Amino acid sequence: MSEGFVELTVNGAPQALWAQESATLLQVLREILGLTGTKNGCETGHCGACTVWIDDVPRLACLTPVGSVAGSRITTVEGLGAWWEESHPSSHYHPVQTAFVEFGAVQCGFCTPGMLMAAAALLRDEPLPTEQEILERLAGHLCRCTGYEQIVRAIRQAALTEVKEL
Amino acid sequence: MTIRIPNLVKTPASLSAGPRIDAWAKVTGQALYADDIRWPNMAYGVLVASPYPHARIVKVDLEPAQAMPGVLAALAGPGSVAPYGIMPSTQDEHALATDKVVYLGEPVAAVAATTLAAARDAAGKIVCEYEVLKPVLRPGIEKENPGMEPVHPGRLEGNLFKEVDLEFGDTAKGFLHAYTTAEDTFFYQGSAHVAMEPHAALGYWTPEGRVELITATQTPHYVQRELAVALGIESYRIRVRASVVGGGFGGKSELFPHEIAAVLLSRACGRPVKITLSREEVFYAHRGRHPVSMRVRTAWNKDGRIQAMDFRSVLDGGAYASYGLATTYYTGALQTVTYTIPAYHFHGERWYTNKPPCGPKRGHGTTQPRALVEVHLDRVARALGIDPIELRRRNLTPAYSVTINQLEVGSSGLQACLDAVESLSNWHARRSRPDPDRGLGFACSAYLSGAGLPIYWNPLPHSGVRMAVNRDGGVQVFCGLTDIGQGAETMLVVLVAKALGIKADRIRVYTADTGTTPVDLGSYSSRVSMMAGNAVLEAAQRMRQILKDSVCAHKGVAQSMVVQDGELFYVQGDEPISFTQAVLWAEEDLGPLTTFGAYTPPKALGRYKGAGVGPSPAYSFTACVADVSVDREDGRVTVHHLWVAHDLGTPLHAPSVEGQIRGGVVMGLGEVLMERQAFNPDGRHRGPHLLGYPIPTIRDVPPITIAVVGEPDPRGPMGAKEVGQGPLNPVIPAVINAISDAVGIDVNETPVTPDKVLRALNQKSRRKGL
Repeated sequence: MSEGFVELTVNGAPQALWAQESATLLQVLREILGLTGTKNGCETGHCGACTVWIDDVPRLACLTPVGSVAGSRITTVEGLGAWWEESHPSSHYHPVQTAFVEFGAVQCGFCTPGMLMAAAALLRDEPLPTEQEILERLAGHLCRCTGYEQIVRAIRQAALTEVKEL
Repeated sequence: MTIRIPNLVKTPASLSAGPRIDAWAKVTGQALYADDIRWPNMAYGVLVASPYPHARIVKVDLEPAQAMPGVLAALAGPGSVAPYGIMPSTQDEHALATDKVVYLGEPVAAVAATTLAAARDAAGKIVCEYEVLKPVLRPGIEKENPGMEPVHPGRLEGNLFKEVDLEFGDTAKGFLHAYTTAEDTFFYQGSAHVAMEPHAALGYWTPEGRVELITATQTPHYVQRELAVALGIESYRIRVRASVVGGGFGGKSELFPHEIAAVLLSRACGRPVKITLSREEVFYAHRGRHPVSMRVRTAWNKDGRIQAMDFRSVLDGGAYASYGLATTYYTGALQTVTYTIPAYHFHGERWYTNKPPCGPKRGHGTTQPRALVEVHLDRVARALGIDPIELRRRNLTPAYSVTINQLEVGSSGLQACLDAVESLSNWHARRSRPDPDRGLGFACSAYLSGAGLPIYWNPLPHSGVRMAVNRDGGVQVFCGLTDIGQGAETMLVVLVAKALGIKADRIRVYTADTGTTPVDLGSYSSRVSMMAGNAVLEAAQRMRQILKDSVCAHKGVAQSMVVQDGELFYVQGDEPISFTQAVLWAEEDLGPLTTFGAYTPPKALGRYKGAGVGPSPAYSFTACVADVSVDREDGRVTVHHLWVAHDLGTPLHAPSVEGQIRGGVVMGLGEVLMERQAFNPDGRHRGPHLLGYPIPTIRDVPPITIAVVGEPDPRGPMGAKEVGQGPLNPVIPAVINAISDAVGIDVNETPVTPDKVLRALNQKSRRKGL
């Protein structure tokens, strides 16, 4: 199995790391970089818990060989607040994080990081998404605790907060 | 028919609506789940699973694995540990299979290596030879296959794990004098918990010979006890901590092979070892909902009142006991808590089969019989020409009464639940003017607020709390309870803030650690708010008295002269005294401030064998109306709306209450329409992954209207009862009853998939044609 150096930018910081090319981005984030906020729910791409941004696009880290994203910018839940802070210096946290806390969208929390990454990407693309758009973008994210309603509510609230700030 | 007015829907005020105390850690990636934890020099463990459902182990050759790079230790079953099991009377498991494997996926060997990749590679090199046996894949199959080897040879009862027979009152007489009788049968399919977090455990056998285990568990205390049995060492040498737990639903309620294997591998290699199960391994570790075949017979008088019920259940238990003894009794226990049944006969059997062991899943053993009872009552209502909700109303078990099987029912908002969903769904108007192929269905249910008896017999408290107040004015609460996502830690904070009259941010909770926290039995049977809640209130009330005593002593006044309002103590004619000042005085008087609280449920009334399953300090009640349509072309069922009313006494924390109700309801929706833990004839799971075993997604969830009803319960902490499990139960039969109302078919099996709907529709049209 071939190994080699992979260069990535993770949450704004350049990283050069030694990895098997077949290692997944999820394994690299969790095991090598210690960024355990990104969760491993199934390793088969069905649950959405491992969603991170690859060059600002939400992707499943468990299905992504690290070799295929060399040179890319990766953003994880640990970097979401800082990403937001770049354009909104008054806050360390993205509005979806605040809204998930305030609107009861978190229970066991295991699906939460993936949900947040999907929701924040949605709000970046669609500042005021319709309910249908929210459902479509989160359809690949399983949650067993909440029944989802509070998650939809939190995302709509975050959208309103964001729009108010513009 | 009169329509009840919506002002009957009374919502009790919640004690708190603030965020959960763990929410920020979870949205920032700071919360540490078991698989997130890394200790210095930690190794990775992997299990090797049996590829056969039933086979004798001829040989396990570890040598090829031991020769692999990075491998630190490899183990196989024989001699590894003593048999163990969650119920003391049915200890039938080994960490790694010894002479036989009894389900496909059963761990037979384990290997630890410096990296996960090395451990996986090495696990693939372990050579296991088997002598394949015929698998026992359903209860009673051996009758057709004489000579078939039982799952666990040497038992007189063969594969029959447990048979129970209970009669209360004279059932035969009830049927003899009946105006009419009715009978239905039903098969309730098994299902899996599918907590989003796969199980994971980090074990360390320290150089001093102690054991550290951090694990995704709902029951650290039971895991500690079982581990002591399995390892043959004293409990006090074992410290079990639950990490942040990513959902449980019953699936993490006992000791698992990977937890023992992590400890054994650590003993063998001297390093901490972490084992994280794959999603596939989780489906095989299972302990989920039992598949149950049931039959109910009821006798009625002409006013639509139940005279007698005969209920039979046959549980397909899988390969091991797990909680199966309790599950068997639970399939017959709570029928009487919703309806007054003057004569009741229950017969239950649980059978061993060569499939992953079943155990407790949300609703534990009460979900299956509830589905049949509620479907059955709807059919009886139809036959008697009585509105289904009205039929239930005539039979409700009154509040503060004792059932025929000696269960003490306390507060009951069941009537209010019925009224709420009836009016909110506009039941009567819609039922009288139905749209084509669209129907409304109703069901109700009851659940425990904590099992009255512990898993192992003992007279000790079920929950203990130690509370400390420090000179910084901060309050520390130590309790063995485990937050698995339901909000148990937040519940403690809400109650302590209220009881001490202080701001919530003064309070820190320390939980789920057998090394530092008093025992709480765990997050199962919806017991935590009731039991840990009452325990923490006792500790808080004692602390409050200590502080007041010190204020009185330092001011030289009588108790009656001091009034506490929020964080201030008022002494007549004096400046108010701050909470922190009171704490300083008390510490000056007494030293470090510590109080204790404990809770033991009231004694159960029943004295018969099996009377320990069913009693609870209080019961919650739920009612549900489902609005569905059925597509006659493709058999697809669409749920348009659900109305759910739940009586939980006082809601302690509004977001957790809503989350538990919605989550339970959606889990019920999955069970009734899509989920099945089913197996191929070779014993293989039909789809041990989230594609092969679909659960509801965000697009599968209809609008759900929730009503929280009821009165504070006298036994609950500040009046609270359970909310974690009850709301799941009525959803399944409500949807089935709605399907029946929509297209006139009787479905007798879950999940109600399109093929079953089409088959029933075809049968119906053939009957019409004849």
